[in-house]
Amino acid sequence: MKEPVKEQTVELTVNGDNYEINVHPLKRLLDVLREDLKLTGTKEGCGEGECGACTIHFDGEPALACMIPVCQADGAEITTIEGLSSDGRLSLVQEAFHQEGGTQCGICTPGMIMSATYYIDNPDSAENMREALAGNQCRCTGYKRIFDSVEEAFKNK
Amino acid sequence: MKPYLEDYAVINPDSEREVAEILADDPEVIPLAGGTDLFVSLKNGVLPPSAFLNMKSCPDFEKEPELTDSELILEPLTTISDVRYDEDANRFRLLYEACKNLSVISIQNLATWAGNVANASPCANGAAALMAYDATLELAGVEGTREVKLTQFYRGYKELKMEKEEYIRRIKVPRPEPGWKEYYRDVGPREYQAISKTLLAGRIQLGRGEEVNDVRLVAGSVYPHTLKLRQTEDYLRGRELTEETIDAACEKLQEEIQPVDDVRSNRQYRRRVTENMLREFLQESRPL
Ligand SMILES: Cc1cc2nc3c(=O)[nH]c(=O)nc-3n(C[C@H](O)[C@H](O)[C@H](O)COP(=O)(O)OP(=O)(O)OC[C@H]3O[C@@H](n4cnc5c(N)ncnc54)[C@H](O)[C@@H]3O)c2cc1C
Ligand code: FES
Ligand code: FES
Repeated sequence: MKEPVKEQTVELTVNGDNYEINVHPLKRLLDVLREDLKLTGTKEGCGEGECGACTIHFDGEPALACMIPVCQADGAEITTIEGLSSDGRLSLVQEAFHQEGGTQCGICTPGMIMSATYYIDNPDSAENMREALAGNQCRCTGYKRIFDSVEEAFKNK
Repeated sequence: MKPYLEDYAVINPDSEREVAEILADDPEVIPLAGGTDLFVSLKNGVLPPSAFLNMKSCPDFEKEPELTDSELILEPLTTISDVRYDEDANRFRLLYEACKNLSVISIQNLATWAGNVANASPCANGAAALMAYDATLELAGVEGTREVKLTQFYRGYKELKMEKEEYIRRIKVPRPEPGWKEYYRDVGPREYQAISKTLLAGRIQLGRGEEVNDVRLVAGSVYPHTLKLRQTEDYLRGRELTEETIDAACEKLQEEIQPVDDVRSNRQYRRRVTENMLREFLQESRPL
C-alpha cells in the first residue's frame, strides 16, 4: 500500500516549457509558479479562491492556482500570463487592456486577462462577459474600463 | 513554502481497491478531490495534522458524467463544469442551475460533485439539486459498496451517514420523468460568486384533476444541513393548488425550517424569502 509522502516529483508543462520539480505535494501551484519557476506574473490576492488574482489556464480551462495542490498538477498543461505574448508582441486581450486603460495598480490584471482570454476564445462558456469575469475582483478601476477592454478585444478578434 | 505544510502529507493511490484499503488502514486520512473546500480549511489552519488521499491520482476514477437509460452517473472526479457543459448531463435542469450558481467558472472547473455532497455545507448548491432529483450515493469501502439515498445522508451539521472508512464512489441521479415542473432559485448578495442566503430547489407533478400528484422540495441555508421539506411535501400531495393550499404549505415550511443569524443573512430574511420562493414556485405551477 502507498505511504504518505511529503516530497514528490511532479512534471509540469508551463507556457510550453517542461519542468520536473521535487516539492511538497500540497504546495500550491501558485507558489510553485512564483517560487520554483520564478513566474511571478500570477498574483496572490486572497489565497482562498475569492479574488481571481491567481487565475491561470489549467489544461486549457481557467482555474485558481491558489486552490490547486501541485500533486494534482502532475502532467498538466498550464498557461500563465507570461505565456500569452509571443515574440515580444502582446496578445489581443493584453493589447486591448493597454489601449483602453483596463489596468491601474495591476494586481488583478493578469488574472483578469486570463479569464477574459478564455471567454473570448470560448464565448459559450459563460452567460455573458460579466459572468466570465465575475471571479476576478478589482479594487481600482471600477470595472468600466476592464469591460471596455474586453469588448474592444472582441471587436478586434 | 507555507510552514504549516510540514504537518500534512499526501497519498497517491493507484487503484480503487487501494483507496478503500488506505481508508480502512487509517480512517483519519482525508479524501482530496478538487480541494476548493479543503484548501480554504488548510489556509485557515482548522485541519489537524493529517494525510490527504489524492483522488485525482486514482486511474479508476472518471471525470466525465455518464448517462445510461435510467440514470446520470457522476464519478468522484466529475466537476461542476463537467456537468454544466455536457449536453446530456445539463438537460437535468436543476443540476445545470446549481452549476451556474456555484461560485464562478474558475472554481467550477475544479470543484467536484462528490466534494460538494461530502462537505455537507447547508448552503451547498449541488447537494440541493441532487436531492431534488432523489439522487442515490454509492459508498465504497473494503467491505464492498452500499447505497444511501441523499435524502437520508445528512444527520446534523456536517454529520454524515458515511463511515470514515468509506468514500463516495458514485452519485446516481435518476432520469426525470416527463411532465414535472422544476424550480431552482438561489438568493445571494449579488448575481455571481455569492454563497446563498437561502435557496430552494423544487419539482412538482400535477395529476389529471390538477391535484399535486408528487412533489420534491429542498431548501438550503435554512437548516443545519440541506433539507428535504418532508412535511410541506406531504401536505401538498393529493391537494389542489388553491390559494388556501399554498398558504397552508407556507405555514408548514415555516415549521420545518430553522434558519439562523450569521454573516450572510438573518433568520427573518431567510424565513420571508424562503417562503416567497415556495409561493412563487407553487403559483407558477398552477394550471392556467
Ligand atoms: C471562493 C469559493 C466559493 C464557493 N462558493 C460555493 C457556492 O456558491 N456554492 C457551493 O455549493 N459551494 C461553494 N464553494 C465550496 C466548494 O467549491 C464546493 O463545496 C465544492 O463542490 C467542493 O468540491 P471539491 O472537489 O473542491 O472538494 P474538496 O475540497 O476536495 O473536498 C471537500 C470535502 O469532501 C470530501 N470529499 C471529496 N470527495 C470525496 C469523496 N469522493 N468521498 C468522500 N468524501 C469526499 C473531502 O474529504 C472534504 O471533506 C465555494 C468555495 C470557494 C473556495
Ligand atoms: S489568490 Fe487565488 S483567488 Fe485570490
Ligand atoms: S487594477 Fe488594481 S485591483 Fe484591478
